[in-house]
Amino acid sequence: MTYDNENLKVVGTRPVRPDGADKVTGRANFGADFSMPQQLIGKVLRSPHPHARIVSIDTSKAEALPGVKAVMVGEDMIAMAHEMSQSGESAIDVHDLSLNVLARGKVLYDGHAVAAVAATSAVIADDALDLIDVTYDVLPHVSDVDEAMKPDAPVLHEDMFTAGMDEKPATASNIASRMEMALGDVEEGFKKADIVIERSYKTKAVHQGYIEPHAVVANFAEDGTATVWCSSQGHFAIRDLCAKLLGMDSSAIRVTPAEIGGGFGGKTTVYLEPLAIALSKKAGRPVKMTMTRAEVFRATGPTPATSLDVKIGVTNDGQIVAAEADFRFNAGAFKGSPVGAACMSAFTPYTLENVKVVGYDVVTNACKSGAYRAPGAPNGAFAVESALDELAHMLNMDPLDFRHQNGAEAGTKAVYGATFREIGCKDVLVAAKNHPHYKSNLGPNQGRGVASGFWFNIGGQSNAAVNVHEDGTVTVVEGNPDIGGTRAAMAMMAAEVLGIPFEKVQVVVADTASIGHTDVTGGSRVTFATGMAVTQAAEDVVRQLKERAAATMELDPEEVVWQDGVAHPTKGEAKPLSLADIAGDAARTGGIIVGRSSINAKGAGPSFATHICDVEVDPETGRIEILRYTAVQDVGKAIHPSYVEGQMQGGAVQGIGWALNEEYVYNEDGILENPGFLDYRMPVASDLPMIDTVLVEVANPSHPFGVRGVGEAPLVPPLAAVVNAIQDATGIRMTELPVSPVKMLEALEANQKQAAE
Amino acid sequence: MARVLLAGELARRFIGKDIEVKVAARNVRHLYSLLDEMYPGMGEVFGSRSLAVSIDGEIVADAFLEPLQDDTEVVFLPAIRGG
Repeated sequence: MTYDNENLKVVGTRPVRPDGADKVTGRANFGADFSMPQQLIGKVLRSPHPHARIVSIDTSKAEALPGVKAVMVGEDMIAMAHEMSQSGESAIDVHDLSLNVLARGKVLYDGHAVAAVAATSAVIADDALDLIDVTYDVLPHVSDVDEAMKPDAPVLHEDMFTAGMDEKPATASNIASRMEMALGDVEEGFKKADIVIERSYKTKAVHQGYIEPHAVVANFAEDGTATVWCSSQGHFAIRDLCAKLLGMDSSAIRVTPAEIGGGFGGKTTVYLEPLAIALSKKAGRPVKMTMTRAEVFRATGPTPATSLDVKIGVTNDGQIVAAEADFRFNAGAFKGSPVGAACMSAFTPYTLENVKVVGYDVVTNACKSGAYRAPGAPNGAFAVESALDELAHMLNMDPLDFRHQNGAEAGTKAVYGATFREIGCKDVLVAAKNHPHYKSNLGPNQGRGVASGFWFNIGGQSNAAVNVHEDGTVTVVEGNPDIGGTRAAMAMMAAEVLGIPFEKVQVVVADTASIGHTDVTGGSRVTFATGMAVTQAAEDVVRQLKERAAATMELDPEEVVWQDGVAHPTKGEAKPLSLADIAGDAARTGGIIVGRSSINAKGAGPSFATHICDVEVDPETGRIEILRYTAVQDVGKAIHPSYVEGQMQGGAVQGIGWALNEEYVYNEDGILENPGFLDYRMPVASDLPMIDTVLVEVANPSHPFGVRGVGEAPLVPPLAAVVNAIQDATGIRMTELPVSPVKMLEALEANQKQAAE
Repeated sequence: MARVLLAGELARRFIGKDIEVKVAARNVRHLYSLLDEMYPGMGEVFGSRSLAVSIDGEIVADAFLEPLQDDTEVVFLPAIRGG
């Protein structure tokens, strides 16, 4: 069933989020807030080397320390074969995951977990770590993706032979896989071009930067079951991955989700959770583990550093006739970077007849990379959108007109082969062009840049139950941790379907034993997919309410209509019955009413975004100030517009940080030099203007309210939008991120020197 | 019959070039089975769940029972991981 936009009473309004008061008053319980009686404190010993063979580990002194209750090393983990295990919407190699949780044989990056202890206090646990004697045979290391691809580079995994080649390579290398996708004939396409440019770009690894560090409490009981409390983006994935790594049944592990203090993709896998369960099993007591900020930076997944080549050909009238890219992604210590998504998304805002993209997934001695909003897409878009901006200047065309002329629309075939249905790519470009921001004037040393981006959005498995209480209030039970205000969105959709006020609906994010499997809060899927499940569960309730009302009125259910929370008879003299009336009599008419839905949602409409950025570059210091920023996006239908705007603002800010300040700095010894917020500079409120937003609503026909995912597309355009604005302000094309003041000043000085000569 | 685009790694490994084939499959599970008969071993790739399926432009992660109509466009693509 779909709902007419004109008749919506709750959807599209802006009620106060139900979890807001708890979060601003400090009442909300995040991962590290939970404790148990008799709990031990768990800590992890981490490698000081980027690449070394573990010769021996002697834990005897640590085990003898009073207060130490359990010590474990890699050999205490189950040996896993290479096997792709389904984890939510994607598969993970459990062999690699197990080795990342606790190293065996070799350490592969600075910060790689080597051993873990549980003790009666944090001080004793730290002392115990100091007493573990690890003998390393230090090996040559490689941190840079292009260096790691060279034939003479130190090889991390002796059993890794590049997949995706016509013939299996004779020797192991750091190139985990090569992929290629193409449409048309790029060589023929380039022959038709009047202008062809070829450019190379680089981005650094950046962290998701969530405020809340990873934290877990695990309690392994004598009956072989474990209870876990932790903050994650998906407690079902945590349960299933722990079960796999520890050889337990999924039903033997119950995970209760804590509130989450940010994830952005980085909390979709396990780090501490299997260790806490294993230590609790060994010690016979609950174990609590919390990462320090340095551990978060050193050992949890940043987005990959990348090296990107782009070649684009256009005719003099602004038609793109051929496009080619070569993307090399630094996966960190284990394979699995999002290079595939980069290949599939970078050129996707455009209708191209001839396009070819090649991607390489490359391992290095750096922290295993993880998912980060629209994984892979910002990197690819940075390269493509920078090159397109340069072409627009060369063609003397408005950059938005250039994009619109080549923009994707219904019927466009993307490079990955699929043909688009209704999409809002061109609508977004038009909205950006018409925005007052785009027409405003700029001053000296100021410049304006635009860039576009695409993200697929996904559906996946979601479950929901809607419990109707005797007093006519309702509880929605679902399984997605609330990161971006999804409790409010779920309550609003349920209220809309039921025809009752938003305030009458409460939403509970249930543990893994209390609701069916629900995929992670990721992929911009929750308001779309879980919202679809909640809508269907609420419709199931309406069906039952009509049946009960019809029975009371002595009519057939088809002779009753549901309107504004009331069952109305279409004939006869029966009195209309409200939801509260029917619920109050439920015990006497067949029992309490519960609506349910279990789906694997399909039809997640893709999202397109275009951002406008104004900067001012200080010629004396190289400092770049963001003067004004507007994010325009096709959001399908905004259930709660404030939270959609929040997603767009947050994505823009993270992208600005990526463009200007953020980077993992590995020194010559392969050690991460800036594992803390003092040295890893993220944007804060005082750095930025208010981010303006424009919600373009091109309804997704596959969703009852027209929802498209919105959480990831906003991080795709900002990198290039900022750099394009810098080019407009200075005439200098910056091709390596971040554009720090030092890097900018060097470029300004080099430019001045060149001009003087 | 469904129009099935076999491209990229899947095509390289089993066919040697990108092709579009027409397959009389009732649903996606049936399609997997028929493609495995046409290209022995391809079923194993589908079984690994490393690929998503796009059906007339809609991406679906697991779609065994998804019906395929005449002229439905089916494309296999690497499974996408969100953040």
